[in-house]
Amino acid sequence: MAKLFRRPRTYVIAGLLCALPFVVAVFLATTRIPPPPGQGGAFLSAVLSNGALYPAAAMALVMPVFLPVSVAVLAGDSVAGEASQGTLRYLLIRPVGRTRLLVAKLVALIVFVLFAIGAVLLTSFLTGITMFGGEPAAGVAIPADVTSLSGVTITPFGLVLRLLATVVYIVISMLSVAAIALFLSTLTDSGLGAAMGALAVLVTSQVLVTLDAAAAIRPYLPTRYWLAWIDFFRDPMLLRDVERGAGIQLVFLVVLLGAAWANFMTRDITN
Amino acid sequence: MITTNGLVKTYGQVTAVDGVDLAVREGDRYGLLGPNGSGKTTLVRMLLGLVFATRGTIEVLGVPVPKRVHDALPRIGAMVEGPGMYPHLNGRANLTLMDAAGPGGGRADRKRRIGEALERVGLAGIDKRPVKAYSLGMRQRLGLAAALLRRPQLLILDEPTNGLDPRGIREIRELLAGLNAEGTTVFLSSHLLGEIDALCTRVGVMDRGRLVLQDELAALRAETGRVLVGTPEPERVIALLDGRVEQRDGERLTVRHPDPGDLNAELIKAGIRVTALGAERRTLEQVVLEATTTSSDRVEGSS
Repeated sequence: MAKLFRRPRTYVIAGLLCALPFVVAVFLATTRIPPPPGQGGAFLSAVLSNGALYPAAAMALVMPVFLPVSVAVLAGDSVAGEASQGTLRYLLIRPVGRTRLLVAKLVALIVFVLFAIGAVLLTSFLTGITMFGGEPAAGVAIPADVTSLSGVTITPFGLVLRLLATVVYIVISMLSVAAIALFLSTLTDSGLGAAMGALAVLVTSQVLVTLDAAAAIRPYLPTRYWLAWIDFFRDPMLLRDVERGAGIQLVFLVVLLGAAWANFMTRDITN
Repeated sequence: MITTNGLVKTYGQVTAVDGVDLAVREGDRYGLLGPNGSGKTTLVRMLLGLVFATRGTIEVLGVPVPKRVHDALPRIGAMVEGPGMYPHLNGRANLTLMDAAGPGGGRADRKRRIGEALERVGLAGIDKRPVKAYSLGMRQRLGLAAALLRRPQLLILDEPTNGLDPRGIREIRELLAGLNAEGTTVFLSSHLLGEIDALCTRVGVMDRGRLVLQDELAALRAETGRVLVGTPEPERVIALLDGRVEQRDGERLTVRHPDPGDLNAELIKAGIRVTALGAERRTLEQVVLEATTTSSDRVEGSS
């Protein structure tokens, strides 16, 4: 059932996600002006010397805003959209169990996230190689602005492994975004409202992360460890933040999905 | 087929459905009549397990609802408040999607069943256009086709003829009567008297959340004990049937008389020409109007 809900807009979103790193790459490749160390997207200066690292840079570009926004929009629309189209009631009397429907929606979202990330990785790898050159076979130097140990090289196999770990981590992070939006989506019949609500939560969280006055609650904010996967590209890998981040995301995921389920099971479908 | 006991649904302060005891029997063509906002749709949604009752019990196809509604739903075809379709897909794709989404629809004969259902509702020739390009009537027919996909035992239709033109309404009526003759129980709600009058064998009337009337249509439209007489010589009739003529409207008279046949014989014997003669029956409209006024009186009395 999940596969049936992949529709044209999915591809449009994925296309836009791929386009952002591409645009950045065009500018970088034509000007060859690297962002000063410590600023700009992670990996971007390193990319200039080796295009094979561009997928990681693309992830860092897409992750903070673009990907969560698209996940929030799709997840927010998943139940509320069916409701406002009037198809929700027909699905339920078909009958599709309410639990099953939620699970199917979640599976569809996971598929979307994987598909989107996969598309971004693939296109950015191709752009990286063609625009900046690079011999993936020769191994990749760990970029200086990321790691304290510069000059260490990652084997191509190691790079793929690290990228895979990154994908898993990002999927978990995005699922907690999806869980927020899905929960709101069961509350309202407006997909836009649910997406907006989820984004409001994320933006608030992002703001609080940078706010020193909110330091007390910082470790528990959903977006605090979003970029922790960058640590996968350090050598040695620094896994403390990754573990914490994954833990927090899982807590958010379980609590919000539970709330979504409890709400959806007892809700009157009046639309 | 459908039994409810003391069914109540309240939304906050508002009581949408108030103590409804519905009884639909197998083979019925049941028409639920009531003005907009009288609780028909809420009732239908409760029957399908979409809305949960505040109090009372529901049993559909021998299965308690909403507890085990999933055992009943595969045998029910339903349309609730207009069809729900994915606007960017064409009609066939929509039906395929819906059929694949739940149990009871085999993949092997899906194409054939969709073809049959479309044919039945008069959409056999639909093309690849997306549903958003359909007219209201076409959507309505498509919704009906979706309800018929798995040859249900029970059809629950909320306002099925919305948006159809008179010819379409007639076609749907004939379709439903045909399905009923094949053994499908039909339960439909409408605010259109004429529609229910023309199709149904049993009628329930809702008013302000209450089921104020539930009976066979034939029993409701019992003879009133009056006979309508058409004659070019109304004065002679009045003279003959002294005092029994209740109303005169030109050449049409309303006569209090238990038997139209006897009255006819009487008039002929007196040499009066008769152009029309028939027993007066209560119209459904009268019945409904009476039922709904008493109900509002009752509400006022009890509060």
